[in-house]
Formats: sequence, structure tokens, C-alpha cells
Amino acid sequence: MADNNNLIVYCEFDEGKIADVSLELLTKGRVLANRLGVKLEALVIGDKLDGVEDQIFPYGADTVYKVADPKLFPYTSNPHAAVLIKLFKEINPQICLMGATCIGRDLGPRVSSCLHSGLTADCTALEIGDHTDPKTGKEYHDLLYQIRPAFGGNIVATIVNPECRPQMATVREGVMKKEVYDANHKGEVINLDAAKYTDPADYAVEIIDRHIEKSKVNIKNASIIVAGGYGVGSKENFQLLFDLADTLGAEVGASRAAVDAGFIEHDRQIGQTGVTVRPKLYIACGISGQIQHIAGMQESSIIISINNDPNAPINTIADYVITGDMEEIVPKLIKYYKKNSK
Amino acid sequence: MSLNIIVLAKQVPDTRNVGKDAMKEDGTINRAALPAIFNPEDLNALEQALRLKETHPGSTVTLLTMGLPRAAEIVREAIYRGADKGIVLTDRALGGADTLATSYSLAQAVRKHGNYDLILGGRQAIDGDTAQVGPQIAEKLALPQVTYAEDILEVADGKVKVLRRLEHGVETVVAPLPCVITVNGTAAECRPRNAKRVMKYKRAASPSEVAKLPENVAAAVAANPELQIQEWGAAYVEADPQQIGLAGSPTKVKAIENVVFTAKESLCLGNNDEQIENLIKDLIANHTIG
Repeated sequence: MADNNNLIVYCEFDEGKIADVSLELLTKGRVLANRLGVKLEALVIGDKLDGVEDQIFPYGADTVYKVADPKLFPYTSNPHAAVLIKLFKEINPQICLMGATCIGRDLGPRVSSCLHSGLTADCTALEIGDHTDPKTGKEYHDLLYQIRPAFGGNIVATIVNPECRPQMATVREGVMKKEVYDANHKGEVINLDAAKYTDPADYAVEIIDRHIEKSKVNIKNASIIVAGGYGVGSKENFQLLFDLADTLGAEVGASRAAVDAGFIEHDRQIGQTGVTVRPKLYIACGISGQIQHIAGMQESSIIISINNDPNAPINTIADYVITGDMEEIVPKLIKYYKKNSK
Repeated sequence: MSLNIIVLAKQVPDTRNVGKDAMKEDGTINRAALPAIFNPEDLNALEQALRLKETHPGSTVTLLTMGLPRAAEIVREAIYRGADKGIVLTDRALGGADTLATSYSLAQAVRKHGNYDLILGGRQAIDGDTAQVGPQIAEKLALPQVTYAEDILEVADGKVKVLRRLEHGVETVVAPLPCVITVNGTAAECRPRNAKRVMKYKRAASPSEVAKLPENVAAAVAANPELQIQEWGAAYVEADPQQIGLAGSPTKVKAIENVVFTAKESLCLGNNDEQIENLIKDLIANHTIG
């Protein structure tokens, strides 16, 4: 394992599939690795990993590290962290990317703490660029710019890790795009012995029960979204949005403020701390348009904003602005849709 | 079995209710316009600790926070709700810390405190949303971690059983004590202040606060250890100056920008039936809907 200084993606693997977020990161990772002139590597830890590389290579990975052991699935913190820590000490990656999932957000900090390498959570963009330390004047080339909203999404910060390696970042699902690099791309598979990378003491936490609940909500893939904000005013008023969504064949989404206010459940939250969506139609009702929300829906093809406030920030990115009371306008949308659709 | 529980908490600006005056013209934050609050998920963690205190008589709940001296406010709040005592880790040398330097500083404070069975904290703070400090403290103290906890089901035989709420389901795990547990906002809401405790502890104060009190009140605090909120500095917790504050932070903020979105040319409609019907017709005609 002479290869050093590459870019590595920690890939999540469950039910025979590499997670979408990991494939999205491989897609981004390939672009960054090309820019840096280094290899793109992938690491999969779990059980029953036979053939998993076939899912990874099309996204451009040059190397797939596999660590298979029945004890390594389902995920627990310490054994996975132990593998990353030991492997990274051997192969010294310059960048490590992982999904900002329950797993990535549990694993990343533990690894970064042990390696004393900086970790930036929930990045919305990753770029390569130079940096000059404002105090020492020291210049750094080709650092990873880790760009993320901060302060509740009201500002965007560019974070760099000038000295420590790997430069670690997590990215939420749906933020980057997943694209096959080359369907015929092939690389090298390196199998690592789980016993050499973990210690029996790492398995102290035991999972005694596990229930997978398929989310009933599928806003990520919805082509039409009716979303409500704090301005909707109540749980009861959200029913109006469900009515409109039923009529249009849409899903209902919400801003963080509406979720925090208890109007609607968290798995419908759109934005930086929720899901990123790109529907063909986005109807925003009573959403003022905090940056952290706009970041999660601005790529919608058509945006309609319904708001009492003609100066609501979201109106600037909307294709159609309807100024008025959402309680009156939403029923009209339903009425005229029913009248005009076949 | 009685438990020694440390609850980690942070005083944060209330970023959830950012009004128009919260951002200055130049795009920086007008901190003065944002109220400082008890980080919401840390309150969920406090509630889990207080429940364990009820089921395990003789247990002690200690609140530990790092921040400005005024963070004593959340220690008092925790005491009003049922915590036994609190510590404010505060020092100019700790300023500018990223999550790694923060977790090192807090881990040093936990070491100094010693004698702990459980370390609880919120999953994440609303000013950074990183969820990193909990797992990093666990790593620094070489403890197991249980993140995304929704309910601490049981503590028995030196082990804790925890229900975790994850994005695609739930998991029940058993971890040996001591360990670090971070608690989700979906966990039970924190109990309110207890009126009797408010009466009893309203004079609780940290040394920084005592210094500003009238002499007779200060003397009352000095006479009653229960009213004394501790204040610890970097040297007291034997923190390595190279690992704290800005110097101990591997991540550096290169730039902060106000977010500018590309404005579109919007078509503005009123609450007008004809305009709304035309919009619907257009959307049907171009196959956006229907």
C-alpha cells in the first residue's frame, strides 16, 4: 500500500446496496481527484461484501478497500472508527468524504478526534483552491474548500484545514449529484483483514434490536412539492396543503420553522438541515425564505411563492409570486385545477 | 445504584428565530439582536439525566458548559429544573475553538471533575449543527458513544440500554458504563422550572457574577456552597495551550459570506381568481402539472 495522499470516500452499505449519498460523494470525489491528479479510493466496511466493487467502480473509484466481517454489520461506532483510523495512518489520504447521515455524523467526529484532523459537517459545496494564512502569510496550495451554511443557515462559511490530514467533510444526501463516471471503469480491490484493523474491545456496544422503518415520506423524489412555512400558522392549516398535494399528486414539505413549531413532522423538512430537493414545481406557502431553506430547494424548475408579505425573501427566487392569504389562495388553486384538468 | 451524571450544555444564540435585524448591512451577525438560550437538545439531555436521578436515588446531575461567563445563566436554569450543580468552563484562551478544540477542552474539564458514570449532551447545537462535540469527547476520554438517543431505557449492572432514533428506523443498544450519550430533539421534552427550586436557588451565582453583587448578597452566596456555580479556567483543567482555542483548531474559517441567490424575474399575481386560474392553465398546458 504505497499509495498515499489520495481522496477516499467512506461508503455506507446496507441491504446489498451502496447508499446513494456515498455514490454522490464518489461522483464529486472523482471530479476533485482529477483536479488534484490523485486517485479516488473507496472504503466499504460491513458483511457480505462480495461483488460490492461492481457498484462502486462505475463511479470512478480506482481502489476499493473492503473490510468484511459479520461483526461489522450493522454499523457500530468503535469498530468502524478503528478501521478508518488504522487505515488512514497507513495510506495517509489527503481528503476523506462521508455522508452526513446518522452513521457519517457518528463516525466522522470520532475519527477526526483521534487523528486530530479537521472535520466540517454538512458541506453544501466542495472545491479545491489555495489559501494564505492571514497571520503568518504562509501559502497553501490545493486545499479542500469546505463550504457550509453556518449560524442557522444565515451565512455561508468556507472552511479549510491547512495543516492537518485528512481534510474531512460530511455532505448530506441529495446535495451532490450522482452520475456514472464510466460504466466500464475498473480498479483494484484490496481486501483488509478485519481482525488486524479492530480490537475485540471495540465491540463493547451491542445492538440488541433494530427496526428499519421505510419512510412514508418521499419528498426527495417528488416531482411536485407543496411546502409550508411558519406562515401557515397551524397544524390544521397544513391540512390545506395536504389537500392541494393530493389534488396535484404532490408531496408535502416544510421549512425548519414549521417543523420547529410542531406543525408537521421532521422527515418533511426541506433545507440545509433537512432534505435537498429539485422538483419540477415547488409551491411555497407561508415560507419567508431563510437561506437554509432556499439552499435546499433553489434548483426547483418552477417556484411559486404564496405569501402575505410581498417582500418575503423567497419571492426573489420565485417564478410566480402570489401575494395574499394562503388560506384563501390554496383552495382556489385546488378549485381551478379541478376545473381545468381533464 | 446511584449515578454520577454530567450533562454537557451550550448557551447559543437563538438562530431559529432570526429576525430581519439579526443580520447587519455588511452581512455579519448582529449578536445583540439574538437572545441567548439553552440549546434545545441539551434540554432533552438534561431531562434524561433528571429521569435517571429519579429512578436511581442518590444520583447527582452536574451541568457542564463552556462559553462566556454569562453561560452561568443556563447552569442556573438547569438547577431550577432539577440539576444539582454546575460548572462554567470559561477562559479567553478557549475562544475561537472549533469542535475539536472544544471537545478537548470539555474532555479536560470532565477529567478534572472525575467520578462520572454517564456523560449526556444534546445531539447538536443550533448555532453550528455539527453534532461533533459529543463523539469527539467520547474519543478523547476513550469511552464508547451512543448518538441519536431518544430514550435511556435502563441503567443496570454497569450497562445502559438506549433507544436510538435514526433516519431509517430505530435501534436498541446496550453500552457499558461509563459512556457518552447524545440525545435527539425527538426525546422527551424537559420538565419546566420547579417553583420551589427557583426560590431556593435564585441567588446561585458564579464568581464573575458574585463580583458584581452587593456585598450582603455576595456574603450570602459565600456562606452557602449550594449557591456557588463553579467557574473553571483552562489552566485549572490542565489544558495544553496548543490544543485549545484558535491555536488548537485544525479547521480555519477562510471566508464568511452573506448568501446571495440569483434573483429571477418573478411574475407577480394578486389574490385574484382570474390570474390564479390562468396560472393553473399555464402549468397544465406546459405539463408541469396534470
